[in-house]
Amino acid sequence: MANIQIKGVSKQYAGRSILADLSLDINDGECFTLLGPSGCGKTVLMRLIAGFETPDSGTISIGGEFVANAATGQMVPPDKRGLGMVFQDYAVWPHMSVFDNVAYPLKLAGTEAVSLRERTMRAVGLVGLDGLEQRLPSQLSGGQQQRVALARALVSEPRLLLLDEPLNNLDANLREEMRFEIKALQKKLGITILYVTHDQEIALAIADRVAVMDERGILRQIGAPEEVYEHPADDFVFRFLGIANFLPVRREGRDLFIGGSSTAWVGPTPDKAGGKFTAGFRPSDVMLARDSSGHPGLPGIIRRASFLGAQVDYLIDIAGTLVRAALPSHECLDRDLLFVEGDNCRVGLATVQWFEGDIIVGERV
Amino acid sequence: MSTKTESRFGTPELLFGLSVAVLVIVVAVPMLLIFFNAFWVDGHFNVTDVVKVLRHPETYMALWNSLVLSVGVTITGTIVGTFFAWLVTRTDLPFKKTMKLLFLVPFMLPAFIGALAWKMLLSPRAGYINRFFMDVLGFDNPIFDIYTYAGIILVETMYLFPFVFIQVSGALERMDPTLEESARISGADLFTITRKITIPLVLPSILSGALLIMLYSMAHFGTVAVLGIETGIYNIPTLIYEKIHQSAGSFASIRTATVLATVLVITAAIILWLQNRVLSKGRYQIIAGKSFRPAELKLRGLRVPLFIFCLAYIGFTIVLPTATIFMVGGLKTYGLPFVSENLTFANYNHILFEWDLTRDAIWNSISLGLSSALITMFAGVIISYVIVKMKVRGKGILEFLGMLPFSVPGSVIALGVILAWSGKFGINIYNTVWIILLAYIARYMAFSLKANSAALEQVHDSLVEAARASGATMGQALRDIVVPLVRPGMIAAFFLIFLPALRELTVSVLLYGPTTRTIGVAIYTLNEDGETVYSAALAGIALIIIVLGELLIKRLVTSKNNS
Repeated sequence: MANIQIKGVSKQYAGRSILADLSLDINDGECFTLLGPSGCGKTVLMRLIAGFETPDSGTISIGGEFVANAATGQMVPPDKRGLGMVFQDYAVWPHMSVFDNVAYPLKLAGTEAVSLRERTMRAVGLVGLDGLEQRLPSQLSGGQQQRVALARALVSEPRLLLLDEPLNNLDANLREEMRFEIKALQKKLGITILYVTHDQEIALAIADRVAVMDERGILRQIGAPEEVYEHPADDFVFRFLGIANFLPVRREGRDLFIGGSSTAWVGPTPDKAGGKFTAGFRPSDVMLARDSSGHPGLPGIIRRASFLGAQVDYLIDIAGTLVRAALPSHECLDRDLLFVEGDNCRVGLATVQWFEGDIIVGERV
Repeated sequence: MSTKTESRFGTPELLFGLSVAVLVIVVAVPMLLIFFNAFWVDGHFNVTDVVKVLRHPETYMALWNSLVLSVGVTITGTIVGTFFAWLVTRTDLPFKKTMKLLFLVPFMLPAFIGALAWKMLLSPRAGYINRFFMDVLGFDNPIFDIYTYAGIILVETMYLFPFVFIQVSGALERMDPTLEESARISGADLFTITRKITIPLVLPSILSGALLIMLYSMAHFGTVAVLGIETGIYNIPTLIYEKIHQSAGSFASIRTATVLATVLVITAAIILWLQNRVLSKGRYQIIAGKSFRPAELKLRGLRVPLFIFCLAYIGFTIVLPTATIFMVGGLKTYGLPFVSENLTFANYNHILFEWDLTRDAIWNSISLGLSSALITMFAGVIISYVIVKMKVRGKGILEFLGMLPFSVPGSVIALGVILAWSGKFGINIYNTVWIILLAYIARYMAFSLKANSAALEQVHDSLVEAARASGATMGQALRDIVVPLVRPGMIAAFFLIFLPALRELTVSVLLYGPTTRTIGVAIYTLNEDGETVYSAALAGIALIIIVLGELLIKRLVTSKNNS
C-alpha cells in the first residue's frame, strides 16, 4: 500500500506562505498529476512528500504510516521513505556510469551481486538503454540521461514514484514517447506515481486523476482528466487547461447581449440566474460560416488567418472582443471556409462554460 | 536538512560554529591584534601616536618607497605585459603558442631568487656583467647599478608582468571579432581599430592586471630585501622585517610594525576594491566566453625582428638568471670566472647531504608545505561546504573571514601571528615550526576556499537529493556523491597551496627560529651572510623542485581534463 495522505500541511519560506492548510489524498496505485503554473508550490509539496522539507504544520503519511508530523516533530528522512524520485534536472551522477547510477539504490540496500546485476540490467532495458550501461552521463543525450534517472528511480521497485517535471527538457517527440512509457510502466508495475508538471497536455495524458493548483498554492479542482477538462470548477482551471476564449455576456430581461454592446448573443444560454456572465470556450468549440450563408451566429470579422497544415487558426473580432478559432483544414476546404483578413463571418459555439460575473481578459494579439 | 527531531542546533549549526571558530582563531584574532596594537596605547584609543609614527622619517621613507616602487613596477609591468599579450594573440608572430607559454614561466620563478641572480650579474662592483664591461671592454664605471630604484623596478617587472599578460591575452582571445570586423567595414584601418576599438575594450583587463601588480609589488618583500637593504632602500614589508628582527620584543618597534602593517592592509583593501569595481563595471558583454579566431595583424618586415626581440627578452629574463644561479651554485668560490676547473658539484652535495642548516630548510619547507596544504585543503572543503551548500544564517561572516587573507600581505599575517601566539594567550609557539604552519594556514585558506567553492558549486543539490531518495543516508551521499565530485577541486587546492608554500619567504622570514628556516629563508640568510655560492646552489635546488612540482600539476590537470 502506498497511498499518500496529506492533512492540513502548511509551509513557509522566509515568512512567505507557499502552502497553507493543504489536504490531499492520493490513492494506492494511481497516477496522480499535480498541475500548476511555475512557482505555485507544487515542487514544494513534492519535496515535503519526499522528505527534503519539513512541514510547518500538518501531517503526511505514506501507506498509512506518518512520515512527517509537525505537531510531534516526527520526521522520517528521505532515505527511509522507500520512494523513487526523478528530478527536473535529471540529477544523474556525472562520475558514475549508467550501470553504476542505476545500480546505486540496490547497492545501498545490500543486494547481492548476481541479483544486483540482473535487476539493474532489467531496469536499464526497461527504459531502452541496453548497450549503453558502461557510458558516462556526459556521453549521453539529455533524453537518455532522463531515462537513466527513471531507471534509477524504478530499479528498487519503490512503492511510490515522484516525478518532478521529468520531461521538461526533452524535445517534443521524445516527450511524447516517454509519456507513454511512464504510463505503461506504471500499469505494469502497479506503483503509485505523483507527477508534478505545468504542462497540461502531459498532465491530462498521463493521469488517472489531476489536481490543479493556483499561484497561491491552493488546490482548485481534483478529478479525472476528462472531468477537469470538461467541467472546470472555475475560470482558473479552464484557462490553465488550454487556450481559453472569453466573451462577456449580459442579460437584460429575457434577452442576452455581448458585453456592453447591442449585439445579440446567439448560442447556448446560461442555466443560472443573474445579469452578468462570461462565456468560456476553446478554439475547437468554434464553428464558422460565411456571412452570406444565412447561418445564425455571432457576427465576426476575421482579423488574422494562419494556415497551420492540419488546421486553420483564425483570430476573430466579435463585437470588440478577440477570440481564437481552430478549424480542421479539410473542413475549411470542403465548406469554403478559407477566410482572409477582413472577411465577415458568423460564429457558432458548440459548447460554452458559463462563469458568473465579468472576467477581465487581457488583450489578445 | 533532515534530522529526526526538530532541534535548533543540528549538524549544520555545529559545522558552522566549528568553521567560524577555526577562522576566528587563525585569521581574525591575529588581524585584530595588529589594529589593537597600532591604535591602543595604555588602555585607550590613540591616533596621535599613530600619526607620530607615520611622520618619523624612517617610516615615512618606507611608505614613500613602497609607493614609488609599486607605481614604477605597475607602469613598466603593464606596458610589457600588454605589449607581449597583443603580440602573441593579435599578430602573426612565429611560434605564438610556445611564446605564450614561455611568457608565463616568470610566474613560476620566485622573484627573490631572480633578484639574487641579478645581484650576481649587475651589482656595481662584483656583478659579472659589470665586471665584463669594466675588465674586458675597458669601461671605467659599471654600466648598471642594480642596487637602485631602477634596478628593483626592473627586476620586479620581469617577474610580475605576467599578471597583466594573462588578463590581457585572455581578453584579447575572447573578444568577439565581429566588433573589429564591423569597424573595418566602416572603413577603419587596423591601426585605427586597435586604437579606437580593441584597446578601449580590453582596458578593464589591463587595469585589473595592473592593480594586481600593484597589490603584489606593494607587499613584496624578497626583491627589495635582496637589492634594497644594501643601499638603505626599505619598503613597508622590509621595514616591518627590520623592526621585528632588531626589536627583540621592544614595544616601540612592534608598534611601528603594526602601524606599517595597518597602512599596508588599508592600501591593499583599496587596491582590491578598485579592482573589483573595474571588473564589475568594465567587463563589457561583448567579451564573450567563447574562443574566436580574431584578425591577425601582419607584422611583415617587423616579424623576424620582433620574434628575435621576444627570444632575447626571454633569454635575458629567464635563461640568463637561471643559468647564473646554477653556475654560481657550482663555483668553488664566489667571484671566480666560469671556467671548468672552478666548477664543482661539491656545493650541491654539501647542501643536500651534509649541511644540517640547508637539509633542515629543505625538510622544513616540504613538511610545512605538505601539512599546510593538507590541513587547509580539508578545512577549506568543510568551510566551503557550509558556505555553498548549507542553509545557515550568518555564513557571510565565514566568506569574509576566509577571503580576508587574500587581501592581507604575508608580512602582515606573520606579524599578526607573532602578536597572537608568542605568549599573549598563554600559548607561546614563537620560534617553533608551528607558528609558521599557523601563518601558512591563514595565508592560504583563501586559495583553498576558492578552489573548493568552485568545485562544490558544480555539485547540484539535486545530486545529493537523488542519492537520499535512492536510500542513502547523508553520510553515504557525501561519501559516494559529493566527495568524488569535489576531489578535483581539492587536489587543485592542495597544489595551489603546496607550491607557493615551498618557495615562501615573506612570512617565514619573520617567523623563523634557529632550526626552523624554510628554503626561502635559508637562501635569503645565506646570501646575507655572504655565503653566496651556497645560497645560489640552494636556490638552484629550489628551482628544480618548483619546476618539477609545476610539471606534475600540469600533468594532473590535463589528464583530468582528458578523462
